[in-house]
Amino acid sequence: MITAAVPERENYLNNAYGIKSWLLTRDHKRIGLLYLFTVTLFFFLGGAFATMIRIELLTPQGNFVSSETYNKLFTMHGVAMIFFFLIPAIPATLGNFFLPMMIGARDLAFPRINLLSWYLLVIGGLFSLFAMLAGGVDTGWTFYTPYSTTYSNSWVIATALGIFISGFSSILTGLNFIVTVHRMRAPGMTWMRMPLFVWSHYATALIQVLGTPVVAVTIILLFCERVFHIGIFDPTLGGDPVLFQHMFWFYSHPAVYIMILPAMGIVSELVSVFSRKPVFGYQFVAYASMAIAVLGFLVWGHHLFVSTQSVYAALVFSFLSYFVAIPSAIKVFNWTATLYKGSISFATPMLYAFGFIGLFTIGGLTGLFVAALGFDVHVTDTYFVVAHFHYIMVGGTIMAYLGGLHYWWPKITGRMYPEGWAKLSALIIFLGFNLTFFPQFILGYLGMPRRYHVYPDEFQVLHVLSTAGASVLAVGYLMPMIYFIWSLRYGKVASANPWGATGLEWQTPSPPPVHNFDVTPIVTHDAYDYSTVIGQEVEVG
Amino acid sequence: MGKFPLFPEQASTFAPDVDHLTYFLLAVAVFFTVLIFCSIFYLAIRYRRRSDGELPHVPHGGLALEIVWSVIPFGITMVMFTWGASVFFNESRPPNNAMPLYVVAKQWMWKIEHMEGQREINELHIPLGRAVRLTMASEDVIHSFYVPAFRVKQDVVPGKYSTIWFQPTKPGKYHLFCAEFCGTRHSGMIGWVYVMQPRDYQNWLSGGAPAGTLAESGEKLFTDLACSNCHKADGTGRCPSLEGLFGKTVQLANGAKIVADEPYIRESILHPAAKIVAGYLPVMPTFQGLVTEDGVLQLIEYIKSLGPKPIVGGGGALGK
Repeated sequence: MITAAVPERENYLNNAYGIKSWLLTRDHKRIGLLYLFTVTLFFFLGGAFATMIRIELLTPQGNFVSSETYNKLFTMHGVAMIFFFLIPAIPATLGNFFLPMMIGARDLAFPRINLLSWYLLVIGGLFSLFAMLAGGVDTGWTFYTPYSTTYSNSWVIATALGIFISGFSSILTGLNFIVTVHRMRAPGMTWMRMPLFVWSHYATALIQVLGTPVVAVTIILLFCERVFHIGIFDPTLGGDPVLFQHMFWFYSHPAVYIMILPAMGIVSELVSVFSRKPVFGYQFVAYASMAIAVLGFLVWGHHLFVSTQSVYAALVFSFLSYFVAIPSAIKVFNWTATLYKGSISFATPMLYAFGFIGLFTIGGLTGLFVAALGFDVHVTDTYFVVAHFHYIMVGGTIMAYLGGLHYWWPKITGRMYPEGWAKLSALIIFLGFNLTFFPQFILGYLGMPRRYHVYPDEFQVLHVLSTAGASVLAVGYLMPMIYFIWSLRYGKVASANPWGATGLEWQTPSPPPVHNFDVTPIVTHDAYDYSTVIGQEVEVG
Repeated sequence: MGKFPLFPEQASTFAPDVDHLTYFLLAVAVFFTVLIFCSIFYLAIRYRRRSDGELPHVPHGGLALEIVWSVIPFGITMVMFTWGASVFFNESRPPNNAMPLYVVAKQWMWKIEHMEGQREINELHIPLGRAVRLTMASEDVIHSFYVPAFRVKQDVVPGKYSTIWFQPTKPGKYHLFCAEFCGTRHSGMIGWVYVMQPRDYQNWLSGGAPAGTLAESGEKLFTDLACSNCHKADGTGRCPSLEGLFGKTVQLANGAKIVADEPYIRESILHPAAKIVAGYLPVMPTFQGLVTEDGVLQLIEYIKSLGPKPIVGGGGALGK
C-alpha cells in the first residue's frame, strides 16, 4: 500500500484523469491500454461463441441451437477472434506500448494517427457487433462466393464493412511502426541491436501495409457484387467464384503471419530474459522474421488445392509453402539452443514461452502435413485443418500474448501479478488446450468435415473429449482475467526491472513516465547483453 | 475396425497411398516434437537458475549449426513435397477406361446420374474394382464431394465442371460428405457410397425402372427445346451439325481451335456467344435458366451418343 506521506511519482497513468484524458490521449501507452480493453472484450465475445459451439457438438444431433444459429456462431467466432482479437492483439497492445520504448523513443512517429487507428478498430468492431446483434452472419469468416454474394440472407454487408474499416486500423498501425523503427531509434540503437520483438513487429508491419489493402479491395468487390450484381464472382453473370478465394487468401494467408510473427517476437524476448543469455543466432532469428513476411505472400494457393485450381498451380504453391517452414524451424531451434548453458528461470512468462514453443512446433509440423498435396486433399475442410490452425493461433499466438502480458504487466501497471496462480493458469491452459484440439486432428483424419452442425455418431467420443478440454481451457483463460484485475490493487509494487532484463523499457520506472524516459537513452551494447544488468559472470553447467 | 478407430477405413486404391504418406509425415513430426520437447525439458532442468546473481558465460553462436538445422529440415520437406505431389498427380489423372458418372450438387443434396438412366439422391452405387470418374456440376453455391474412405475430395463449383476419380477396393457402405460450407443445411448434405460386387451392381442397375438412358433423356430434351430446328443432322441448319462432334477439334471464328469436350459443350449451351464456330453467325440464344445442370448433362450425353466413340478421361481431366 502506498503511504499518503510520499507523493506518488508522476507516470502515464496518474498524470491526467477523466474519460477525456483517455479518449483523446496521444500517448502510445494509453492507446495500448485502450486496445487491450477492446481486444479483451472481443476475445471473451469470441470465446462465448466458441463455448456455444462446443456445447452443441457434445451430441451428434443438433439439439442445442438450430442450424441457422450454429452457422452464425462459428462465423461470428471466426470474425471476432481473427479480425478483432488475433490481428490487433499483440501489435496494437504490447507492440503499441513497448515498440517505442524498446528503441528508446518517446512515442510512435504519428501519435494522432495511432489514436485514429484505435477509433477505426472500434468503429469497425461496432459495425460487426451491430451485425451480430441484428441477426448475425452465416457465411463463415471466409465469406466464400457465391454463397456470400447471392445466397446468404444474413448480415454480410455490415460484417464485411466492419472488417473493411478495421483493416485501415491495421494498415495505419503498420505504417506507424515502420516509420517509427526507421526514424525514431535512440542514438546507438542500430538495426542489429534492436530487440527481436522490434524486428518481428517490423516484419509484421510490412505485411499489414502491403497485404491489408488487398482484402479491402476484395471486400469492396464483394459489396458491389452483393448489392449491384456486377458479375465478378457470380458464375451466372460470367464471374468466377474461385477468383474470390484467390483474392481473399492473398491477404488472409499473410494475415496468419500478422498473428504469429509478433508472438514469435515475444517468445524471443522471454527465452532470452529467463535464460539470461542473448538469443542464440540473433541475426538468423531476425532475418527469419523478414523471410516469413516475404515468403508468406507466395503461398496463398495452398488453401485452394481442391478448388478447381490447376494441378500445376497447386504444385507450385505446395513447393513454395515448404520454404516458409524453414525460417520457422530456424526460430524454434534457436530458441531451444538459447537454453544451453543458460540460467533458466521458471517464472510464469517463461512457462508460457515453453508452452508456445511446444504448441507451435506441433502446429508448424502439421502445417507440413497439409502442404503435402496428396495429404491435403483428404484433410482440407476437415477438423484436421481446424486443429492445425488453432495450434498456431491459440496455442501459438495466445500463449505468447499471455506470456507477454505477464512479463510486461509490472511495467504497464507497476504491480506484480500473483506468481503461484499465474503458474497454475499457464499449466491449465496448456493441458486444456491440448485436450481441446488434439482430438480434432484425429477427427479430421477420420473424415469429420468442418462447419458441421450435425455429425455421424462415430465421431462423438472425440467431440466430447474436445468439449471437456474447452471447459478446462475456459477456466485457464478466466484466471488471468481475475488475478490481473486483483493485482491492480493488491499486487506487490513492482521495481523498475524485476526480471533483470536488458530492454530499454526496463531502464525507466514502472509504470513509465509520460515521455517514457527522463533522459534519452544512449545505446552502447547489443540487445540481451546481461552483463550490463547482472553482477559478475559465472560459468554455468 | 474397433469402436475407437484412429484411421478411417481404406476402401480405394488411393487410401493406402495417402496413408503411407501419412505414416511418413507422422514419423517426421513425432521425431521433431520429441526432439524439441526433450531438449527443452533437459536443458531447462539441467541449466535451471541456482542463484539470483548468476550470469552465464555466453557461448559463441554457430554458423555450422544454423546451416545444419536449415538444410536438413529443407531436405526432409522436399521429400514431403515430392511424395505428396506424386499422390496428387495420380488423383488428378483418371484412367481412360474409367466408368463415367455425373453428379449435380445443389443445396442440400447430391444427385447422381448413371449413363444407363438410373438416378439417385444422396446415394451412389458403384461396382467393386472399377475405376469411376465423376463429372460434377453445381446448381447454386460451391459444394465439395468428399468420401473419407476413398481419401478423395473435390470442390464442385457453379459455372464449371470439376472431375474426380477413384477405384473402390472394398465392398461396403461409406460416408459421402459435403466438405465446403454451403448454407443452412450443409451438415445435412451427406449420403452413402455403396461399393457392390459387380454382379450385385448389375442387378441393381436392372432393378430400377429408369425413364431411359441418359442419352435418351437428352435426345428428348433436344427436341423439346427445339435445338433440332437449327442444329440439323445433315448440316443444312443455321447452326453446325452435332453429328460426330464430341472429341473432335473445332475451328472457331476467331481462328482458335478447341476440342469439343464437356466444358465446351456446356459453355456453348449456356453462353453461346463465347465461342462461335467458324462459318456460322452468333444467332443462338442462351439457354441459361431454361435448362438445369442435369439437363445440360443429358444433352451432353446425347451429343456424345451421336458419335464418334466417346473419349473418357482425356482432355479436360488434368485441368480439374
